[in-house]
Amino acid sequence: MTETRISLAQPMTRVRWLELSAMTGVWKHETTLFRRYWRSTTFSSVVEPTIYLLAFGFGFGSLVSVVNGYRYIEFLGTGVVATAVLFSSAFAGMFVTFIRRVYQKSYDAVLATPVDVHELVAAESTWIASKAGVYGCAPLLVATAFGLDPSWGMLLVPLIGFLTGLGFALFGIWASAVVPSIDSFNYIISGVLTPLFLVAGTFFPIEGLPEWARALAQVNPLFHCVQLVRHAAFGLQPLDDLYHAGALALFAALMGFLAERKMRSRLID
Amino acid sequence: MALQVRGAVKRYADITAVAGVDLDIAYGTCLGLLGPNGAGKSTTMRLLTGQSRADEGTIEVLGYHVPEQSKQARALMGVVPQQDNLDIELTARQNLEVFAHLYRVPARDRRAAVDWALALAQLVDRADTKTEKLSGGMRRRLLIARGLVHRPRFVLLDEPTVGLDPQVRQELWALIDGLRIEGVTVLMSTHYIEEAERLADKVAVMSHGRVIARGRPTALLDEHAGRSAIEFYGNPERLLEVEGLAHAAGLPTRRTGPAVSVLRAEEMSPALADKLGEGVQRAANLEDVFVLLTGEKIE
Repeated sequence: MTETRISLAQPMTRVRWLELSAMTGVWKHETTLFRRYWRSTTFSSVVEPTIYLLAFGFGFGSLVSVVNGYRYIEFLGTGVVATAVLFSSAFAGMFVTFIRRVYQKSYDAVLATPVDVHELVAAESTWIASKAGVYGCAPLLVATAFGLDPSWGMLLVPLIGFLTGLGFALFGIWASAVVPSIDSFNYIISGVLTPLFLVAGTFFPIEGLPEWARALAQVNPLFHCVQLVRHAAFGLQPLDDLYHAGALALFAALMGFLAERKMRSRLID
Repeated sequence: MALQVRGAVKRYADITAVAGVDLDIAYGTCLGLLGPNGAGKSTTMRLLTGQSRADEGTIEVLGYHVPEQSKQARALMGVVPQQDNLDIELTARQNLEVFAHLYRVPARDRRAAVDWALALAQLVDRADTKTEKLSGGMRRRLLIARGLVHRPRFVLLDEPTVGLDPQVRQELWALIDGLRIEGVTVLMSTHYIEEAERLADKVAVMSHGRVIARGRPTALLDEHAGRSAIEFYGNPERLLEVEGLAHAAGLPTRRTGPAVSVLRAEEMSPALADKLGEGVQRAANLEDVFVLLTGEKIE
């Protein structure tokens, strides 16, 4: 064996339920990979909202100039943030997690190191949420180029994107552990995610929808994200915003519980 | 003891993959876990990392109870899986860097640890090559280096050389032997008899989830197959006749391709040798023991 100065692995002196060292190991994996694919991710994160803004902006924008007291570019530019967050978090949670667990068996390798399932889920979801928080800002930047006035409150948007992205990343991770095959994601995309982003007040206000749809919007995390982003951009409403942030936190907590349980049952037999 | 397993049982619905296994490995020794596919070797390995939970029995790895203290145990263990689960999009160096983090190698030592592991895997020249561009042998070496990057005290090797060319297997044997010389405890599952004979201080033979024999390779040979064997060739009738005569004399036999090997040939009487006629003498080996214990037919 080659001559070495490396010392033997040392016993862990203290073990905590959730350890930063475990999570930084998983984040190191993600950041190393991200260095390879950041260009394509950034491209789609910027181009997609641009297309939405152009298509809906020129389409609906020529028909309606003001929605709920906002110029349509303001309404749309802030609404599309939620769509960007949803796509960058739920899809990553679903597809990436499924591929790593089933095809690449990466998680088996990670769990043979001093990382537990809940730490793996926490690290993966916070990484995805961080990206969602950053890429969620892309529509605002694009909309600014189309006439949205910047405001200091917009600095809160990455945090709102992170909180929303955390819930949807955990939703995606849970879904990845529930589906029997990768094709089954079609049911989730068409049956769950598409209705969520259409009934969130993103492209049109929910006030015009039937009462049952408005009631459903209250349990749609994306609706709460849209409201928070609009309030951050155009003026905070503390009580309302606490309610919206609480709803997002509750969603993340619930999905975290489900994701951890389901992933544990898939990874530990 | 680096490893103590007592009465481990693992069931999957109606299937009992591990059916009451006891294992002991002294510090700094290598135990070869031999057995055909489906014998329960890989499940036993997963029990030791806590990735499978035993339905019954107790497991202690490096003094830690598993699964309760499996995290502490995993920090000191290195696992080399049978299936290549390297990240193919990353370079050899990046794969090792990631696992140096996961295994909590201190920041000041990480670079040296990765360089050491690259040298160990003889991949210094290919450090910045994407893993998908490496040959099968290189990837296997990288997989082993990944499990050793933190200098573990106990290494689990699950079929470390399966599907590799003989030359590559020889290289890996040298690498594994080096671990043992350094005092690392090794548990290696394999169904290559030669691998176990060369590397293992002791061998445990598994079949249908149980350890059916254990001991030093030479002791297992003495107990089950003797020291020498004689191979007899001929048509099917001739082979049946040889088997009948050997069994009547109390000697075990096994089919070896187109021949019948009569084991414990050193105990063969001159009269029986005359009856059996001319054969080819060879040393008995662990494969003879393995087939005698696990049966001649593949299930």
